[in-house]
Amino acid sequence: MILVVNVCRERLHYYEFVKPVLDILKDCDILVSHYLDLKQEDLAICDKVIICGTSLKDNGFLENMDKFSWLKDFDKPVLGICAGFQILGLTFGGKAKKKTEIGFFHEKFGSEFLGLKGEVEVYHLHNNYALFGDEFEVFSPRDDSGEPAGDEVVQAVKSKGKDFYGVLFHPEVRNKEMILEFCRL
Amino acid sequence: MQNHRVFDPYDFTWKFVEIWGFIFMKLGILFSGGKDSTLAAWIARREGYEVNCLISISSENKESFMFHVPSIERTAKQAEAMGLPIILKKSKGEKEVELKDLEEAIVEARNKFGIEGIVTGAVESVYQASRVQKICNRLGLECFNPLWQKDQIELLRDLVKEKFEVIVVGVAAYPLDEKFLGRKIDEEFIDEMSSLQEKFDINPAGEGGEFESFVLDGPVFERGLEIASFEDFGSGNSWRREVEVK
Repeated sequence: MILVVNVCRERLHYYEFVKPVLDILKDCDILVSHYLDLKQEDLAICDKVIICGTSLKDNGFLENMDKFSWLKDFDKPVLGICAGFQILGLTFGGKAKKKTEIGFFHEKFGSEFLGLKGEVEVYHLHNNYALFGDEFEVFSPRDDSGEPAGDEVVQAVKSKGKDFYGVLFHPEVRNKEMILEFCRL
Repeated sequence: MQNHRVFDPYDFTWKFVEIWGFIFMKLGILFSGGKDSTLAAWIARREGYEVNCLISISSENKESFMFHVPSIERTAKQAEAMGLPIILKKSKGEKEVELKDLEEAIVEARNKFGIEGIVTGAVESVYQASRVQKICNRLGLECFNPLWQKDQIELLRDLVKEKFEVIVVGVAAYPLDEKFLGRKIDEEFIDEMSSLQEKFDINPAGEGGEFESFVLDGPVFERGLEIASFEDFGSGNSWRREVEVK
């Protein structure tokens, strides 16, 4: 069972940030929960967790970071999308940074990341991103030699010790197969 | 099986939301008069939001990437039938100028009606959605796209399920022709579009501009509209119907 976590403050944003993910997972066994409602038994019965994104103006989850402390001891695969990416970063000692990116962008991946490799078109919708600590490996951006492009906005990370993946972009718009690849882990 | 606990009306989360007042946010609808923006308006209202006004841009450019053109001036009649005020702004439809016109219309809606967010009927178009997102972000408004990435057959079925009366007022793709003008979106139409999708790779809800629609009635209307007269223009697989409604 895949637990899909809604972090939207606005009820109407469910249709834009959660439902498209559920549509991609239409053949999977799914449990949907708002992060303020998340129960220990939900985390116990699921096999994987996807933390969805939210709107440009919605930073409500940043005021409730204590609600994500369960991540510290969690050892099942997690995929954080946009807001979920920031939540992963902040939970593990990273820092929030401001950067607005809206629309299609091309991002470079070095080694394969949930099926993505080389230059990939992605859809961005964010005013913030996260800097990650040493516990995470940066998969994008990479420069032409395949090395991490240190001065650019971090786009995709994986935890070195766990199956925790984070993407700043919205794969439910342009990279749907990436979400299914995560589900196949 | 998908377990949607978020939709329990007595759910703690939404009680929390109600207590904090977010649920009553005042919204303006970016409205073309077609099925997508009307359905988006209904979803916003159904979810408890206050729909305060409609915003329509009448583009003189029939090739506009941002705005639908057929029958857009009939949106004033639709607004009246919905019991909503409308801000109707004309635009020459030049590529970036029309965005400025849209931003001015949204600012006018904010000043007149105190809206805190915009709702669009965007489904697939990143071109349209990202430009509205940028305008809202600049103005400090929320932007809602409740049909975003929605399956097109599901969208058509929702219109029928929610009892919208929608007709086709324009076609622009083979094998659609003048016979489609005036067709109602019903189960028969959906089956036909589904079949055309398989045979010709057509977007069944017209997301690629294959057809344009006009809404006569639905749950967001206080009274339904009737076609008073119409005139058809076009040839081959490119037709539009100009309708007068009462």
